[in-house]
Amino acid sequence: MQNMLTIISNALCRITGRHAGAQTVSELLIDLSEYVNITSPTAPVMVTTERQPPEPPPVSARAPEAQLVSAQTDAVARPGARVVVSRSYADFTPAMTFDIKKCDVHRLEEGPPLKAELTREQGLQYYRTMQTIRRMELKADQLYKQKIIRGFCHLYDGQEACAMGIEAAINPTDHLITAYRAHGYTYTRGVAVKEILAELTGRKGGVAKGKGGSMHMYAPHFYGGNGIVGAQVPLGAGIALACQYQGNNQLCVTLYGDGAANQGQLFESFNMAALWKLPCIFICENNKYGMGTSVERAAASTDYYKRGDYIPGLRVDGMDILCVREATKFAADHCRSGKGPIVMELQTYRYHGHSMSDPGVSYRTREEIQEVRSKSDPISLLKERMLSNNMASVEELKEIDVAIRKEVEEATQYATSDPEPPLDDLCNHIFANSPPLEVRGTNPWVKLKSTS
Amino acid sequence: MMAAAARFLIRGANPKLSISGGGTLLKLSPSCSSRTKTQRRHAAHFTYHPDPVPTQYGPTTKMNLFQSVTSALDNTLASDPTAVIFGEDVAFGGVFRCTVGLRDKYGKDRVFNTPLCEQGIVGFGIGVAVAGATAIAEIQFADYIYPAFDQIVNEAAKYRYRSGNLFDCGNLTIRAPWGCVGHGSLYHSQSPEAFFAHCPGIKVVIPRGPVQAKGLLLSCIADQNPCIFFEPKILYRAAVEQVPVESYTIPLSQAEVLQEGSDITMVAWGTQIHVMREVANMAQEKLGVSCEVIDLQTILPWDVETICKSVVKTGRLLISHEAPITGGFAAEISSTVQEECFLNLEAPISRVCGYDTPFPHIFEPFYIPDKWKCFEAIKKMINY
Ligand SMILES: Cc1ncc(C[n+]2csc(CCOP(=O)(O)OP(=O)(O)O)c2C)c(N)n1
Ligand SMILES: [Mg+2]
Repeated sequence: MQNMLTIISNALCRITGRHAGAQTVSELLIDLSEYVNITSPTAPVMVTTERQPPEPPPVSARAPEAQLVSAQTDAVARPGARVVVSRSYADFTPAMTFDIKKCDVHRLEEGPPLKAELTREQGLQYYRTMQTIRRMELKADQLYKQKIIRGFCHLYDGQEACAMGIEAAINPTDHLITAYRAHGYTYTRGVAVKEILAELTGRKGGVAKGKGGSMHMYAPHFYGGNGIVGAQVPLGAGIALACQYQGNNQLCVTLYGDGAANQGQLFESFNMAALWKLPCIFICENNKYGMGTSVERAAASTDYYKRGDYIPGLRVDGMDILCVREATKFAADHCRSGKGPIVMELQTYRYHGHSMSDPGVSYRTREEIQEVRSKSDPISLLKERMLSNNMASVEELKEIDVAIRKEVEEATQYATSDPEPPLDDLCNHIFANSPPLEVRGTNPWVKLKSTS
Repeated sequence: MMAAAARFLIRGANPKLSISGGGTLLKLSPSCSSRTKTQRRHAAHFTYHPDPVPTQYGPTTKMNLFQSVTSALDNTLASDPTAVIFGEDVAFGGVFRCTVGLRDKYGKDRVFNTPLCEQGIVGFGIGVAVAGATAIAEIQFADYIYPAFDQIVNEAAKYRYRSGNLFDCGNLTIRAPWGCVGHGSLYHSQSPEAFFAHCPGIKVVIPRGPVQAKGLLLSCIADQNPCIFFEPKILYRAAVEQVPVESYTIPLSQAEVLQEGSDITMVAWGTQIHVMREVANMAQEKLGVSCEVIDLQTILPWDVETICKSVVKTGRLLISHEAPITGGFAAEISSTVQEECFLNLEAPISRVCGYDTPFPHIFEPFYIPDKWKCFEAIKKMINY
């Protein structure tokens, strides 16, 4: 495709005597549109475009949990080996048990434990993952402001402990589905930063081949990335039925926001899941706002953990990775033991506005945001725990930060230099079909082919 | 309360970026150094043609499309004490600023936020309307109207019929931002009018600019049938006209001939009208072809007479819309016209529409039926 581009672009240059220099399909179209009718059947772009190059390799099989991050970031794979510290490993506390906040429970005799053990290895891994998500989101913010990412983009910073805590408590083979605020989960489900950023910039190497953008990202056992608020929830119940039917002891984590919690589809799903005792953890990420509407203004009951009514529920501190992990483990045990679904409310906070065009400060105060940032930031909380208990050193964490920064920079490089998907992709993947299907174009004499 | 709610999501409709030049609708490679040149050369897929200043409705003031919608709603709330406005974030002005200031002016009982639940919003609106009040519901994007599809198609549209005219929800108007916006991708760009055109009992209306928007919206609100009013979101800021301050109506189900011509009839609605006008100029200049441009305005029930009369005169018809070609409303127009005007046709009726694909993420500039595609269709028809 890139060759085609160059050829056409050069030809155009010769004809017009002007330097066109198109590097991408859309630029070429602009250039062309000034001189020829690009939809005419004689125009080369439409008719003779090569078929799509071989598909990019599928998203790499998901790394086992313990290696999740290190598998993706070679640079930080062996932090101990790279870090020069005056102390040896033996000086660090290998594991600690922490008191964690008690969950509110609904229709449960007993909730998750009040203590959680954290090993040094786990702590470093959680730190790395959450920090990577944070850096990635800040980079996305920057790329958006530079107009390199366009369209609709919803950032996850502030909510990192939810994605990491859930992932730490389920198996890689369990299933997960969420809405459009999906970057964090895409990462914890095993997709590399560069594939996420390349999706944001609409490039071929993006996790959805550049066709989805911010709201639509996927991975094995991760069903996206869904744009219509609430619509993913019944899907989650259906996925849970598949788990039950196959008897494989898997479950489905079905996520939605506090705003989505008011959609009718949720209650339809709750009923089905409870009726058939499906292994589904419904998780409401309550970040206190649905766009500009605070929870109190939108919900008759803001006890989201009770809104499954006949379904047991937990209200969890979503800013503490250990709380999220323990609660999710509890919920997963509940599901796997055949007791049916459970509802979990994670109380969390989004630092950014709803999307990139929302500065996020008109419906909440800057002080409110600052307060959360300074008192309950999920990354700082974990960092504090580790440092004050001698589970890690400042230098070591700094090293990790540096490596993450490097990884994100490299990913950015990739996401801004990778080519756009070929034009053929406009029509591909509409139906499952072989042989290729004719797609009617903007007018009767232009037909494109669709393959899947 | 939420002054910036306006800017939620709407960057794409910012005229600076997408319409008036300087910006670009296209996603461009950041690594390309020649990009700035390219960017400058290409602004939007259309040039906005403002309507002449209306003289028959009293004093006018300068408004863009979202302000003319606000003005219509303001007039309604002032004159109709039963009128209520509701939808996601409308009390704060709504995502696109269409209801700015109305809550403060008329109170939180009359302009209020709903939870995020489209099916509930429309169903609730039907109830409000059947009980006698004037219900104006906002669906945040036309793309999000589908959860309410059942309420619209099965409840709103059939209420009068199935009750033998005892009950109806004619006081219900549903507004929703509609159409492409530059980089809205799959779920912020759709044009779903054809789905609703298949549904006797509701009216579907789409304005091309601020003056039309106000008059047509007020007609929808006054009309004794449930109406869906789709607002071209790319025009919210980009389209600016002198709009009458007082209330006025523009009749529904009446197409408007914007430019008379003798060789080809061109039918469109919403944003696409502005593409058509430019194509008409190109055809005149480059081919000496005289185009008659017609704004359909009401999709259902549509003005067959005006279109057919024009086609009888010109012998050729081009219809264009952003929605996919198959089953789009152009198909209905085309079929009706060939029945009515078969012997007058000099060339097959031409449709220039969106591809039969979901609305694409980065391929929007390629997907939309731009002026080049329409121009090509004209050449084919003339040479047929
Ligand atoms: C059916 C539907 N209606 C409206 C929207 C527009 N919209 C996108 S996100 C959102 C707010 C959702 O808030 P919440 O569920 O709390 O999730 P959060 O953004 O806080 O993660 C709205 C109204 C949509 N995408 N789909
Ligand atoms: Mg929320």
